[in-house]
Amino acid sequence: MDNSVKKGALGLKAGTPAERIMNGLVVENPTLVLMIGMCPTLAVTTSAINGLTMGLATTFVLALSNAVISLLRKVIPDTVRIPAFIVVIASFVTLVQLIMQAYLPAMYTALGVYIPLIVVNCIIFGRAEAYASKNGIFPAFFDGIGMGLGFTISITCIGLLREFIGGGTAFDVQILGEGTVVPGAVGAFLSLYQPVRIFILQAGAFFVLAVLIAIMNKVKADMEAKGKDTSHFKAGGCCQAPNAKKTFEKIEKKEAEKAAESKESEVEE
Amino acid sequence: MNTIMQLLGIMITASLVNNVVLSQFLGLCPFLGVSKKTDTALGMGLAATFVITLASAVCGLIYKFILTPLDLTFLQTIVFIMVIAMLVQFVEMVLKKYMVSLYKSLGVYLPLITTNCAVLGVALLNVQDEYNILQSIINGFGTAIGFTISIVILAGIREKIYYNDIPEPFKGMPIVLITAGLMAIAFTGFAGLR
Repeated sequence: MDNSVKKGALGLKAGTPAERIMNGLVVENPTLVLMIGMCPTLAVTTSAINGLTMGLATTFVLALSNAVISLLRKVIPDTVRIPAFIVVIASFVTLVQLIMQAYLPAMYTALGVYIPLIVVNCIIFGRAEAYASKNGIFPAFFDGIGMGLGFTISITCIGLLREFIGGGTAFDVQILGEGTVVPGAVGAFLSLYQPVRIFILQAGAFFVLAVLIAIMNKVKADMEAKGKDTSHFKAGGCCQAPNAKKTFEKIEKKEAEKAAESKESEVEE
Repeated sequence: MNTIMQLLGIMITASLVNNVVLSQFLGLCPFLGVSKKTDTALGMGLAATFVITLASAVCGLIYKFILTPLDLTFLQTIVFIMVIAMLVQFVEMVLKKYMVSLYKSLGVYLPLITTNCAVLGVALLNVQDEYNILQSIINGFGTAIGFTISIVILAGIREKIYYNDIPEPFKGMPIVLITAGLMAIAFTGFAGLR
């Protein structure tokens, strides 16, 4: 180790719990900045409580799988690391599944197949690959907590927004529209609200996310104009498969080759 | 006759009514990532069809003949994801060795499908809905056809809007998501078919 302390997120000392948690919440927020794990983000955000439960389940898996993978990082050979990671992650997901089935059966039914699908959530795999397999158990654990909470807060907010506009409720409490809990004249005024149902439907998820990414693009463009570093922003990337990026590049190369070929044949004609 | 009608019903529900991407949000990555051109989208769709159908069959068999008799059904998530990962590797090797032309057209997409949540999602839904083997295969096939239909339509629209004047922040992913949202509205029209 050299003498100068390595600076991490927001100028905090790298690798400390506080730095890792702030990193997940703000600097590398998985949903809003890194734009990964989009499938559950769209699917379960029909209400705030669904988002919250899903987020906490993911946080649990993320923190523990990060810790275990970090613990095993010197034992797992590099060539078989992907299946090894998947087994660790899948074990914790099964644990979550069984716990939820026992203690939160209603929530388990509401989230359905998306709970076991935490296995293929790219946030978890991405963190295992990018952080846990290179760092000690303590920072890796808090990295998982930070990333998980960042994910939880983002999808709870998206869920709250969709629920509020689409049904007039917040955490299942009717605030706008008919049957409002607000008493008196204010309540009478609020009950005039007509819920915009489309926000709860599937299409609403796509629209909300589109606007969210557009806002992030704008923020990024403004930051670039001011000369700030935006290299950690990924505009709508999706890293589901560990080697997805390489594959996407391959596909693009193939497309370019095809285009070049067709151009050549046109020239010959 | 009754069974055929039932299977047809499963197929239509899986492909159109409960479209895997637009109504269940599974397999969004390839849907958004490989939908710039219609022919690549079609290739992706066909590769996914192949893998999803095969995976539903294999996972269904494993669930029925290995996990259920041994009372290990709670291990389904771990077992299914490993089986799917192995299956994709296996398919890739077989195609590379024996069907070179097919490998050349579909091979690039196979790594993307390994951890595609649609494959695992369908396998898990088959178990959840208590489908038998034949119904599972039909459900998997229908789901994959639904995926192919939606990705090809999206690619077609993306080709058309490529030169349009889109507001700066909406360029790239946001406009694709809005297109997908409009498609989702259109697909809700199929709800009456159920």
